[in-house]
Amino acid sequence: MVQLRDLKRLGPYEWEIPVSVRSDMRVPVRLFASGKLLEAIGGDASLEQAVNAATLPGVVGEVLVMPDVHQGYGFPIGGVAATEYPSGVISPGAIGYDINCGVRLLASRVEFAEAKNAMEDLASALDAACPSGVGKGGRLRLDEHELERACREGGEWARKEGFGTESDVARTEEGGYLGGADFSKVSHRARERGRPQMGTLGAGNHFIEVEVVDEVFDDEAARVMGLSEGCLTVMIHCGSRGFGHQICTDYVKKFQKAVQRYGIQLPDRELVCAPLDSPEGQAYEGAMRAAANYAFANRQVLAHLAREAFAKTLRGRSANVHLHQVYDIAHNMGKTEEHEIDGKRRRVCVHRKGATRAFGPGFEGLPPEYRSIGQPVLVPGSMGTASWVLVGTDKSMSRSLGSCCHGAGRTMSRRKAKRSINGGELRRELEGQGIKVRAGSMPGLAEEAPKAYKDVDAVVDAVTGAGIARKVARLRPVAVVKG
Amino acid sequence: MKTPKRGHREVEHTADWGLEVWAPDLPALMEEAARGMFELMGVEVSEESRCHRQLEIGAEDREQLLVSFLEELLFIAESEDLAFDGFLLKLVDTNLLARLEGGFIVERSKEIKAVTYHYLEISESKRGLKTSIIFDV
Repeated sequence: MVQLRDLKRLGPYEWEIPVSVRSDMRVPVRLFASGKLLEAIGGDASLEQAVNAATLPGVVGEVLVMPDVHQGYGFPIGGVAATEYPSGVISPGAIGYDINCGVRLLASRVEFAEAKNAMEDLASALDAACPSGVGKGGRLRLDEHELERACREGGEWARKEGFGTESDVARTEEGGYLGGADFSKVSHRARERGRPQMGTLGAGNHFIEVEVVDEVFDDEAARVMGLSEGCLTVMIHCGSRGFGHQICTDYVKKFQKAVQRYGIQLPDRELVCAPLDSPEGQAYEGAMRAAANYAFANRQVLAHLAREAFAKTLRGRSANVHLHQVYDIAHNMGKTEEHEIDGKRRRVCVHRKGATRAFGPGFEGLPPEYRSIGQPVLVPGSMGTASWVLVGTDKSMSRSLGSCCHGAGRTMSRRKAKRSINGGELRRELEGQGIKVRAGSMPGLAEEAPKAYKDVDAVVDAVTGAGIARKVARLRPVAVVKG
Repeated sequence: MKTPKRGHREVEHTADWGLEVWAPDLPALMEEAARGMFELMGVEVSEESRCHRQLEIGAEDREQLLVSFLEELLFIAESEDLAFDGFLLKLVDTNLLARLEGGFIVERSKEIKAVTYHYLEISESKRGLKTSIIFDV
């Protein structure tokens, strides 16, 4: 069992679990957190899971742990691990079932003050426009050909179908699609689940939130992103729905055999993996990329539906009711990237699970307008609390594989949350704070209560204190639609 | 209070759901796991228009058999809106034969994305077999 006393302090917000802590560790674990957040992190199995991740064959550098980390299954939520091509491994469990679960932020010039009285209508309009809830399908029913196109083209497929603009796609991580998606490696069952769910939010912790830009910390970056103090934004959090869940399920099952074939020893079966250059590894990588593109397309369709609902509800209240895209980032993904690791430029597969990419200024893959400020990093809060817009830094490239936190991070178990929090009361409490709520299920709402999460401001202070991100703006919620 | 010979209960997990299951033998353990999973999902099954389904599932080992069985139920719940409350399960060699009775889902409050292998181990106990399953939600 890994203990907090095993951690070595590297700086005010950096800690290390050295390889000496467990004999099967191949690399150290580096954790970004304040001393106070560390107490919460030590309360569950997060650190044990990070040490397990450090045993993956071909892992290089350090396994990184973000301050919003919490216990997951196999790999911690809030973990990052790079494995080197060609023979390092790829692990579906280190990417997660909801492949390319991510966050999109849209911003407007509509001032909250002029739209305040329409928030009830706006919450209802977004709820009606964006299908949500357990297992729910949407208005789109893709045939096999359309599904394949969405999996190959991602956000661009949605744009061509009339859902969005070129600017939306350009302001999406990787331009809204990963090359190398291989639809032939996607099971019939995954296709069956994916066809009716395009353009749907789902349930659980997925949401659409209307937020006000509460405070700007970096005027220039906020100006470039089109974020103005007092104006409304819309944040969308969802992923690849049953399509991605099924792909991960399929390959976790297939890889149970692959680890035997390649003689891979692991401390947890959920971490099963296969070499990146093996037929099994390449098949999963191709299917995972197809799911990633499905998720980019899904958020693009939802953004378009939200944009229409926003404009229709607020037309006449403000001169410009357009929502422009700020950015869209993934927080469950395996990406092929190049990083300087242990003094050498290496081509690696970066597994980010509950962690976002956070590239610093100058990176060619960013939209031209963002190259001087760094990549936007979107950090959603937890209904009643703030969300944050940050940017990646030079230090995120050198210390965290260009990665950052993805949210507040849970601290209370779902069981405890639903036993101690009443969904109806929580809704009244949020409404009392001026936050309009639409929720598919009251028990589901209770599980996602703000007090079940860490303090998002403390999480953001930890990543900015460590220098792996810089604050741009804080957003305050005024309406929440939960699946 | 005496613990029943078979049963299930939710266990703490920060982000997802955990279920502890115990039973005298493997088919009973699988049935308890399925009942527990539907409970976690807040599923209510219609008493009208009952339906029956037969499944045959094979696997490399009993943990994989358990995961595969639960995954099959999740898939049917999502794709056909069906859940089950009647189970007749038996093992033939390493295969599970399942005769299921159920109906349309009239209420389902929460979504399970997947059944994980996280530290999954079916072990012997005084009451027969026991295990803990983590579900991704």
